[in-house]
Amino acid sequence: MSSTFDTVANIISETCDIEREKITPESHAIDDLGIDSLDFLDIAFAIDKAFGIKLPLEQWTQEVNDGKASTEQYFVLKNLTARIDDLIAAKSAPA
Amino acid sequence: MRLEYFLLIDRIAELNLDDRTIRTDATVPDKSTIFEGHFPGYPLMPGVLLIETMNQASGWLIIGLTKFTRMPFFAAVKEAKLRAFVTPGQKLSVSASIKHEGSGYTMTSAEIRHEGKVVCSAELTFRLVEFPSPDFRISMEKVAAEIGFPMEALAHG
Repeated sequence: MSSTFDTVANIISETCDIEREKITPESHAIDDLGIDSLDFLDIAFAIDKAFGIKLPLEQWTQEVNDGKASTEQYFVLKNLTARIDDLIAAKSAPA
Repeated sequence: MRLEYFLLIDRIAELNLDDRTIRTDATVPDKSTIFEGHFPGYPLMPGVLLIETMNQASGWLIIGLTKFTRMPFFAAVKEAKLRAFVTPGQKLSVSASIKHEGSGYTMTSAEIRHEGKVVCSAELTFRLVEFPSPDFRISMEKVAAEIGFPMEALAHG
């Protein structure tokens, strides 16, 4: 799996005191790992810092609340990792 | 400080939106029913109220940065350190700076000084949401005017 996933998994493990072995690309941060929205702010902070991006949590939350997206799209870790890679690519793309 | 109204900041001394910092003044009242219980004959400002004081300074900074479009609600406190007793009548300088501006949340570092010495400090997290109602925002603007919130700074931020 990508180094992005490893970084994210390590952040989750350290932030939420979850055994690293239990965190897989298929893990749902909320449903499988039991991370609540407040703990996820600490994870988002660490991800923002690690990758120099800003996870668009407000937009994601709005989309989920409006029924336009499922939580799986953002909070299953392989999908979260893909979103992070997209944000990193967008940041380095020429304006 | 108007403890009975939970309004703990007396005056905004400086709001710098470029540096993302705020400095405020707050004087602990000489008398309060709180001091009758905390503690009898030995009045001390409760640590939780000092943390709330840092929250409110941070909140005004965030409101300035978001130009009154978001209301910050206290979500978490870390590294809270109460380094010295704070007693009635003391004049406090309360400052805060932005640690991280996320999407829908902001983290700050804040501290309170008395006569130049840090008496407490903390790392604070806030959720940012739209004002629950127009009246809520109006009430916040009224408090802002009372404590000298520099509305003109918003035009330059």
